[in-house]
Amino acid sequence: MSVAAAHALEHPTSTGIDSKKVAIWTLIGSECLLFASLISTYLVYKGKSLVGPLPHAESQCMLHGKMQTCEPIFEIPLVTFGTAVLLFSSFFVVLALYGAQKGNRKMLVGWLSMTVLCGLFFIGMQVYEFSHFYHKGLGYSTNLFSSTFYTLTGFHGSHVTVGVIWLSTLLYRASRGKVPPEKALNLEIAALYWHFVDVVWIVIFPVVYLMR
Amino acid sequence: MATSVLDHAPGTHAQAPTGIWSWITTVDHKRIGILYGATAFLFFLIGGLEALFMRIQLMKPDNTFVSAETFNALFTMHGTTMIFLGVMPLSAMFFNFFIPLQIGARDVAFPRLNAFSYWVFLAGGLFINFSWLLNAAPNAGWFGYANLTSNQYSPGLNTDFWVLGLQILGVASMAAAINFFVTVVNLRAPGMKMLRMPMFTWMSFITQILLLLAFPVITIALVLLMMDRHFGTHFFIPDGGGDPVLWQHLFWIFGHPEVYILILPAFGIVSEVLPVFSRKPLFGYTAMVFSGAFIAFLGFGVWSHHMFATGMGPFADSFFALSTMLIAIPTGVKIFNWIGTIWGGSLQMKTPLYFALGMVAMFIIGGLSGVMHSSPPADLQQTDTYFVVAHFHYVLFGGSIFGLTAGAYYWFPKMFGRMLDETIGKWHFWLMFIGFNVTFFPMHFLGLNGMPRRIYTYPAGLNFEFWNQVQTWGSLLLGVSMLVFVYNIWKAARKPANAPADPWRGATLEWLIPSPPQEFNFGTVPAVGSSTPAWDLRRANGGALPEPKPESGAGIHMPRPSYWPAVTAIGVLVVIGSVLFTHAFHQWFFITLTGAAILIYGIYRWAFEPAF
Amino acid sequence: METSTGTLRRLARYVPAVCLLFLLGCAENYPQTTLNPRGDFARLVDGLFRTTVFWAVIVFVLVEGVLVYAILKFRGRPDDPEPRQTHGSTVLEVAWTIVPAFILAAIAVPTVKTIFKTSDYATGDVVQIEVIGHQWWWEFRYTELGVVTANEMHVPVGKTVNLRMTTVDVLHSFWVPQFAGKRDVFAGRHNPLWFKAEVTGIFSGACAEFCGEQHARMMFRVVSQTQDEFDAWIAQQRVGSPLVNGGRVAVDTTVPADTAGAVVPPAPDSLQEAGLALFNSTGCIGCHSMVGAATAGVVRMTGPNLSHVGSRNTLVAGLLPNTPENLAKWLSNPDSVKSGTLMKLPRKLTDAEIATLVAYLRSHQ
Repeated sequence: MSVAAAHALEHPTSTGIDSKKVAIWTLIGSECLLFASLISTYLVYKGKSLVGPLPHAESQCMLHGKMQTCEPIFEIPLVTFGTAVLLFSSFFVVLALYGAQKGNRKMLVGWLSMTVLCGLFFIGMQVYEFSHFYHKGLGYSTNLFSSTFYTLTGFHGSHVTVGVIWLSTLLYRASRGKVPPEKALNLEIAALYWHFVDVVWIVIFPVVYLMR
Repeated sequence: MATSVLDHAPGTHAQAPTGIWSWITTVDHKRIGILYGATAFLFFLIGGLEALFMRIQLMKPDNTFVSAETFNALFTMHGTTMIFLGVMPLSAMFFNFFIPLQIGARDVAFPRLNAFSYWVFLAGGLFINFSWLLNAAPNAGWFGYANLTSNQYSPGLNTDFWVLGLQILGVASMAAAINFFVTVVNLRAPGMKMLRMPMFTWMSFITQILLLLAFPVITIALVLLMMDRHFGTHFFIPDGGGDPVLWQHLFWIFGHPEVYILILPAFGIVSEVLPVFSRKPLFGYTAMVFSGAFIAFLGFGVWSHHMFATGMGPFADSFFALSTMLIAIPTGVKIFNWIGTIWGGSLQMKTPLYFALGMVAMFIIGGLSGVMHSSPPADLQQTDTYFVVAHFHYVLFGGSIFGLTAGAYYWFPKMFGRMLDETIGKWHFWLMFIGFNVTFFPMHFLGLNGMPRRIYTYPAGLNFEFWNQVQTWGSLLLGVSMLVFVYNIWKAARKPANAPADPWRGATLEWLIPSPPQEFNFGTVPAVGSSTPAWDLRRANGGALPEPKPESGAGIHMPRPSYWPAVTAIGVLVVIGSVLFTHAFHQWFFITLTGAAILIYGIYRWAFEPAF
Repeated sequence: METSTGTLRRLARYVPAVCLLFLLGCAENYPQTTLNPRGDFARLVDGLFRTTVFWAVIVFVLVEGVLVYAILKFRGRPDDPEPRQTHGSTVLEVAWTIVPAFILAAIAVPTVKTIFKTSDYATGDVVQIEVIGHQWWWEFRYTELGVVTANEMHVPVGKTVNLRMTTVDVLHSFWVPQFAGKRDVFAGRHNPLWFKAEVTGIFSGACAEFCGEQHARMMFRVVSQTQDEFDAWIAQQRVGSPLVNGGRVAVDTTVPADTAGAVVPPAPDSLQEAGLALFNSTGCIGCHSMVGAATAGVVRMTGPNLSHVGSRNTLVAGLLPNTPENLAKWLSNPDSVKSGTLMKLPRKLTDAEIATLVAYLRSHQ
């Protein structure tokens, strides 16, 4: 047993939970308010854009200076697929964690790689989506929809990016054998963060993409 | 990764190291507390100077001591400084030094995160004050209402300094809040159940929860404002469809919990000082804990009482009026329990008690004017006048500052091993008490008699002269009282560090160890049976406790000093501060990238260095 | 012990009355006080205010009294025996939770009632006025009566005026304490306020929401007049108003102009020509509507409508009495009177030009 684990037993925490784990839950609690503010702002301005392009099909909207028929700018099938990919990635990281806890390096590295790939795919999907919107005339400051949409999904996307970097670092270390069962907690904490990022998307997806 | 103080590695420190480098790399919560306190006190004095300049300007009508723009910068910076660079970090000084001691821990949960939060605070304070040198001090009020803060109506760097400075300070507050939350949840000594924790730790714990939940909201509000200012959006700009009232909602959803962040630690200090100096336990400990929690919870439901003049409509007005009145009830419960504490006690009339009692007396007044504000129609005559200025100075100065000063006199011997002088302390108290009341009580009248706030001058015909002059003299007296305090500290610093471990007959764990404590705090972690463990021990020992002997600390492994928190803090400063250059040149983004590189490098080195 | 508390209670009865008298007494000397309501809205909220003061003073005297009493009575010495170690009292906790709740209810009920009375527009036989905040002056438009003016609102005594308020730039707040509470103004929407003046006179008001550099100098006057006086004022202000025939009516300017200095202005007949010429050449026309000028019919401009500036009581948003000297001072260097003002002259005017302009402007009553 490592020095760390031995002493962790000697000095138990008041809750029995490692302090790092309590810390990540605390951060998650705080970040809920961050995303709540962004989602509230999105909802407050929903339907209040003065000009298009608009997210869902409207009969008319103001485009390029005149009222025209409005095509919805969202591509729901693509985003649905990306949502599923992100959801699966949460499952994959659970498998990776199981591998870490059991000392199964192949399982750990395999499923952690899948998690990172899924994360990268999601980011790629968003980059594609944003550039697609931009080419359709939806810049950051085009209208209230664009500003609130890009800010909200941008914040989420940057959290995904941080998660991908974090998991990639762990993946690299895992491949070098530096994530034994005693250090599985570090992966567990990253996984908790990853699940949170996923849950936030599970709220954003229906509220932004599906709700009219 | 060894990042918790609970993970050990070989090596001990026999004695506290000296020299500037030891302070830059310290991860000792006690040293970090002193850093916070010294820095915050300096900023507090700067904020006081800003106030004095305002008071001189307001001494006579149509005065020209400072220009309109300078005055607007003064009141903006005075508010921002006192709240974010004064009261909050002064409270942080006590969180840092005393939460671990009061719960029987050797340090906080994340010592390097603790150091990081201090360096980021220092960076934020220096950043926002640097604006004075560029003649670009923030000047749109500490509350930065849209759309005055838009780029159209506030061109120039002033508001950018304000937005970015607050973002930097927000990082510091969040880091510290996570740290103290986990520390209280996880590092309590055996037997220290939650409902046996000292009141200061309890109120501070609740404060951390408020910080964690409120700061994200202003972070977003500030991001949206920055987007409006420099990236063409219209979140708060009417001609793009945006609504300035949204800023007010977001700001006050943060801003109201913020005022409880400012007062709860002082409540906690008073709840410690009154029992010790009355020689009897706190009256209604459980009620005090739950009323504090209830105030914090309700505090998220009253924010629009800052917006009664905005025309929200009768249903919103009524809801917030009722929720605001409701919050008066647990606040009253606290005041009554404090009176119940001193009732029947044997009051030891020492300086800490003076300030604690002064706090209660002044907070009653501030709380009552708050209740007067809670009625929206009446508030339509009071809001945005000097009546409000009176109200919040009674609760923030009369409440927070008097409470923090009580903590300073109470805990100074423990922190520095020297007693502050009693006689000078009493002079300090009376000068501050009289100066404070002479400055702020007449503001109630001035406000009701028609003087609006945030005005750099007033015309001659409205009869505002007399009370303004009185107030200015009062503020000078307040300034003198601060000098008396500084003199007291200076005088104490020249004494040898031989104060006893327990000069006051304290009830809580910090009084059982030497003054100042050794680096590892407790040789043996004490077991706790009640909320007054030191009194229990005293009673078990026949009424007296021997002076604790310094222990060797052999076998105790303390966290290793590190400079990566400071480096990472520089990264934060550069990343956030770089946004200041959006107007200067197109490639400003490269500064952000450099800062991000420092930040990420700092984080990686921090994460992978051994903590011990 | 009983006696002290009993005495305290007896005294407590007088203190609210004394305080209110004190406040009232003071109020007589403050032209902008909230404590001496002269309008129905102000009177309504004042009643609510007095209720809160009443309870606040009682609670203050009781609680501070008990606190001070306890401090004096329970002072001890270091060697005194340990006092009784009471931990609390559930009965007291319940009592001091419930009693304040009742007091708050006594405030809450009239509060909610008054909120609903004061939140909406006034209807019926009212004078409709649009209030528009600018950095840093107030525009008033009597939409149904066809008048556009600035910084001085005339109202008929005993009749309700209904204000529909907005701003063209940043937030401001309209506050005339003697008549009503304040209400903020926002761009892109309107906020309601109403009041009925109970006495005649000139009352001062101020902007009450920080709005930039000269927030302190964004004052105004409300002139409460008899119905006849008001009607006469309306008739006079309608002449040349942009809301009436696009401003195409000549103003009667036979009132002799007075001078600001040694320089003799042109004779009255040519005063209008000379003044208008300067009005155009020195750039005034870029921001101000003026009868007889090309901007006569323009309702919204950057600066106040000057068609009747001579008849106003004050200049520069309630800052200076309307005298030739003050008008000259303003025209010669606006920034020194009100730093940061948006009124920027293209060049320094000569004394002769200022004298002509002063006479020209003051001739517009």
